[in-house]
Amino acid sequence: MGLEIAFWVLTIVAVAAALAVVSLHNIFRASLALIMCFLAVAGLFVTLSADFLAAIQVLIYVGAVAVLIILAIMLTREVQRGSFSNRLNVPVLLSTILFLGVAVFAVMATSWPVVTLPLLEATTTALGSELFGEGGFILPVEIAALLLLAAIIGAITLVREE
Amino acid sequence: MTLGLEHYLVLSVVLFSIGFYGALAKRSAVIILMSIEIMLNAANIALVAFSRYVVPGLLTGQVFTIFSIVVGAAEVTVGLAIIIAIYRRRETIDVTKINLMKW
Repeated sequence: MGLEIAFWVLTIVAVAAALAVVSLHNIFRASLALIMCFLAVAGLFVTLSADFLAAIQVLIYVGAVAVLIILAIMLTREVQRGSFSNRLNVPVLLSTILFLGVAVFAVMATSWPVVTLPLLEATTTALGSELFGEGGFILPVEIAALLLLAAIIGAITLVREE
Repeated sequence: MTLGLEHYLVLSVVLFSIGFYGALAKRSAVIILMSIEIMLNAANIALVAFSRYVVPGLLTGQVFTIFSIVVGAAEVTVGLAIIIAIYRRRETIDVTKINLMKW
């Protein structure tokens, strides 16, 4: 019962915060709403018994990505201008509603192969052996490290003063 | 009513649609990046929900989510660097005014 209450509260918070991100005129407030949305998603990971991912979500999205976005807002003086829609507002809204209807229908009409097995108590050790163990994901881990290095070098190159 | 896979998938679809609207209909490049982050989070919710309900104990969806978070972090880093570089040259990040490469 507690899980259901937590799910509905977190769902309402996440959807309301996401709507605030796309509808608020003040960009700084929109970024704060984005942080709220990230925190609610971390709570949803907890209700899905993904404890390690919830911690990662708080660390990376709330800790790093949100700070980067706020830094970019400060550096570009966007707060005075505000957030406005372009002239494609109405067609984009219509196609979004169309997409939402089709996707919800597809989710509801499909019979998913749900199985009921006992869940893992703590996922950190299992995730570690899945990532680094025998026959695991060691090559994608190395590629991800290379991707992060490329992203760091690219960002430094792009914002460097001539 | 007990929670099922459909609850999480519908939530993921709703969040993805909100991000989709924001990414296509907004003028500010920072808001567009924030909308893309919302879409990535929606995909992560769907991945973890599939991992929880379809293959519990295997954690494949959670591994994919870790890689998705890594790619999202790299994307937002480079994206904000590009936004700051454009702002330095053109004094605006309104994407309707950045039309240098438009045919």
